[in-house]
Amino acid sequence: MSTLTTANPAYKLELTSSPHIHSRWSTKQAMWMVVYALIPAVIAAIVFFGFYQLIIISMSVCVCVLTESAIKYFRGREISIMDGSGIITGLLLGLILPPNFSLFGTALGSVVAIALGKEIFGGLGFNIFNPALVGRAFLQATYPVPMTTWSEPSYAVDSVSSATPLSAMKFDAVFAGKTEMLLGNIGGSLGETSSLAILIGGIFLIAIQVVNWRIPVAMTLSVIVFGGIFWLIDPAVYPDPIFHILSGGFLMGALFMATDWVTSPLNSKGMWIYGTAISLVIVIIRLFGGLPEGVMYAILFMNGFVPLINKYSVPRIFGEAK
Amino acid sequence: MSKQVALSKEYVKGLWENNPVFKQVLGMCPMLAVTTSAENGIGMGLATTFVLVFSSIIISSARKLIPSQVRIASYILVIATFVTIVDLVLKAQLPSLSKALGPFIPLIVVNCLVLGRQEAFSSKNHPGRAFLDALGMGTGFTIALVMLGGAREILGSGQILGITIMPEMFEPWLIMILPAGAFLTLGLMMALFAHLSLRKKRIERDAILKKYVKPEEPVKMEETE
Repeated sequence: MSTLTTANPAYKLELTSSPHIHSRWSTKQAMWMVVYALIPAVIAAIVFFGFYQLIIISMSVCVCVLTESAIKYFRGREISIMDGSGIITGLLLGLILPPNFSLFGTALGSVVAIALGKEIFGGLGFNIFNPALVGRAFLQATYPVPMTTWSEPSYAVDSVSSATPLSAMKFDAVFAGKTEMLLGNIGGSLGETSSLAILIGGIFLIAIQVVNWRIPVAMTLSVIVFGGIFWLIDPAVYPDPIFHILSGGFLMGALFMATDWVTSPLNSKGMWIYGTAISLVIVIIRLFGGLPEGVMYAILFMNGFVPLINKYSVPRIFGEAK
Repeated sequence: MSKQVALSKEYVKGLWENNPVFKQVLGMCPMLAVTTSAENGIGMGLATTFVLVFSSIIISSARKLIPSQVRIASYILVIATFVTIVDLVLKAQLPSLSKALGPFIPLIVVNCLVLGRQEAFSSKNHPGRAFLDALGMGTGFTIALVMLGGAREILGSGQILGITIMPEMFEPWLIMILPAGAFLTLGLMMALFAHLSLRKKRIERDAILKKYVKPEEPVKMEETE
């Protein structure tokens, strides 16, 4: 998190409020790194679900950027497309939509993601909730049937059924194979099915220190513990922890959504609490909730707690009495 | 006492300046719950207006008789009487509307808008003034409910007052019928109202400044955001 980008170039000294966190990357550079890291997931989406998915993703990126520019223009602010945040929101939103989703729906979700998820709070850096997830949550409530219609992957010959592994687990107690889930040859959202492609991008981001490793690690450990407890209770009903990690939007959520700089806690202790709590909510929703997947709602839910987590995880100042 | 205020103003203030929904944020419970269509909005708005007007007249007439220790209980008694009338009339004459509004008609008794006007206005002013105030507030409330209900009905089911207006290919936005849609629409409308009244204030201020500041002096004003 670097200084706010609205600084007037006429001033040499940038005055911003705390917290001041030093980073190797400027906001703009870091944003573009995230865009590069999402390329494997985009390629996987095209490989498994066909060329039409590229149109969906391009649509959401274009509409996000246009919405952001339009709002900035009407509010008389500097138009900042090149900071990449609108592009990331568009990419992420496109990747978490179901395959062959309608283009009008994609555009609507993108407008909501940017207008209601980000700009209404004051733009980049002020939003409480992850914009892409706000857009998807809106679409989920607006078009519940198209949003849960999963086409089969078109690439492979012996593809699994069009149900996602999670809904197959929830409603039919069928567990999908691990190799297919790792590669992405399963039903699911565009960019969420290929765990491998997401892992490549995510590990790249962690390696170059654009995202903090603590949140994904906390989420993974937590899902292993909480998912593992139920698996040990009854392995026939509850899936094993590896299934939890590879299925649905868990990796996408852990590496790209929960680690969003704006909507995640500021310090290490807070990040551990945040990651652990997200996974607990995910496991509860997946195993006991009405929906098969809970990553989106879990992250949005914990986004709301971030100010509280920040308040109670302030590190002790050196020399301060206990 | 607001004796200087013109009578017409007592009516008009409820429409815009003190709109019960967009400015005072009162009566949110029926506002959010029943506005799934414009028809429900009209029904709820008129029912509330009826209760508000008649209870305001009665309470304002009896304001010197009611001891202040038991005033809230007395107000509730009067309001509940009129709510019962509305409830029974709707059940007998418009059973479908009564079913659509459900428990929210009896709940007008505890609507903070109705009680709020009695406490803040009727108990301090003579009946004529209280009648105009109640009518204005009721009208403002009805307008807000119809706007919200209309917006939600158009987007949520592609209809207005039961007539389909959206093209065939329009897929209804289910969220607008759900409670989340009520909060979204209300929030956006309140933002719009706040924006309009801020702009009005800015224009008025500029006009005043123009009158008193000599034109040759460069007028420097800071942005009020």
